[in-house]
Amino acid sequence: MSDSPVDADAVRHVADLARVNLDEEDVETFTEQFGDILSYFDALDEVPAIDREAELVNVMRPDEVTDGLSQDEALQNATETEDGFFKGPNVS
Amino acid sequence: MSYNIFLNEEQIDGAADGPLSGMTIAIKDNISTEGVATTCGSNMLASYVPPYDATVVSKIKDAGATIVGKVNMDEFGMGGTTETSAFGPTKNPVDPERVPGGSSGGSAAAVAAGKADLAIGSDTGGSVRNPAAFCGVVGIKPTYGLVSRYGLIAYANSLEQIGPLANSVEDAARLLDVISGQDPHDGTTRSQGDNSAYADAADGDVSGMTIGVIRDLFDGADERVVETVEQSIEALESQGAETVDVSLASLEHAVQAYYVIAMSEASSNLARFDGVRYGLSGGYDGNWNETFADAREEGFGDEVKRRILLGTYALSAGYHDKYYKKAQDARAWVRQDFDNAFSDVDVLASPTMPVLPPKLGESLSDPLQLYLMDANTVPVNLANLPAISVPAGEADGLPVGLQLIGPQFGEESIIRAASAVEN
Repeated sequence: MSDSPVDADAVRHVADLARVNLDEEDVETFTEQFGDILSYFDALDEVPAIDREAELVNVMRPDEVTDGLSQDEALQNATETEDGFFKGPNVS
Repeated sequence: MSYNIFLNEEQIDGAADGPLSGMTIAIKDNISTEGVATTCGSNMLASYVPPYDATVVSKIKDAGATIVGKVNMDEFGMGGTTETSAFGPTKNPVDPERVPGGSSGGSAAAVAAGKADLAIGSDTGGSVRNPAAFCGVVGIKPTYGLVSRYGLIAYANSLEQIGPLANSVEDAARLLDVISGQDPHDGTTRSQGDNSAYADAADGDVSGMTIGVIRDLFDGADERVVETVEQSIEALESQGAETVDVSLASLEHAVQAYYVIAMSEASSNLARFDGVRYGLSGGYDGNWNETFADAREEGFGDEVKRRILLGTYALSAGYHDKYYKKAQDARAWVRQDFDNAFSDVDVLASPTMPVLPPKLGESLSDPLQLYLMDANTVPVNLANLPAISVPAGEADGLPVGLQLIGPQFGEESIIRAASAVEN
């Protein structure tokens, strides 16, 4: 589709923002599918501006300490831990 | 015949006595069970074992039901056929060549195949009602805030509710009585479901009730579906209900609005899966951006990646106003349209699904076509309303569902009307 709102570079860019690796085959498939889907979403242009009359109230609770997970429980699903901490890759 | 319903058949016993004692129940695998794997149908969480129970699971155990296992679903709830599960599709017990619907396909199939008396699903855009319709069982999507979502692994928080499935309206309502109510662990819950008696509303009495028939949702539907649903509405008329035709102009934009909002929320919710605290690890070599992107490439299937990326796109600079803001306008419009309609009618009716259950593998290749299949169910989530799918009959030997929609916290009305469909 020539007037497609997305090209392969746009798909690579959002994949990078979302931290999802894609192989070239995925990029090609997604570029075509995103073109169709985003063109369909374009019909939202016809929606009139709506006065949103939401009556929202904050839901509060007392700020009190209650039981939570123990450290062991919190760590039990991590692939690797060290000295009671989660272990992650280098941040740099 | 194996329908690939269960992902895990570890039995969890409930309390000795309670309103559900003697009953068996299947739980969708995106709802946390302490010490029992909860995968969301994803490789990302293939070995995840929650350290706590979801509120609904605690309530079900307290009510005396026996949990017979965790059941299959579209990956993270993203799909309408249960074919996006990383653990293979579930077959429809009514016709094993066909899909059971989704995303709570395992839940509906478990009830339809007699593997459980009851089941729990979750409904973000139709994921309880769709498989209920395709498998010929009853499914309820409660009003937003009626049932606690604590322990439900989130896909799109502003849209989703946990809901019951069963062979009869009364059984589904009885399960809803158990799971509804305010929960300090979920700030979006409201008190309307406390001390409820929904099962008592399944009295089959529709005399004097006004049913609005949403004509817009019959227009694109399969003729066989339309005919079956029309017959079930006529049967309600013969029991004393009055029907009026209703048209809601906003519904034309509901699918677009739903997918923009659901994908945007998904892109944010699923950002937590980086393989560090839980889930598939991307290893420890290289920098963290690459490692996380590796984990997410391997852990997520195509439909999940598609929705995360499209949601990221819709929220990104330059597109937020064009997609996300307009989708919120459309959502407010849908809500207004329903509010106006409920000033004249007690419940609204439509086919649950516009089509009969597709054959396995038939619909996966074109994502947009699959999204359009949700046209009749997503408006309900956008408007935070309750709805039920009840078997309307069969067409060509396949189940057809009638959807009944109620005003906010109008669960009794839809349960009453649906129980009359069973008469």
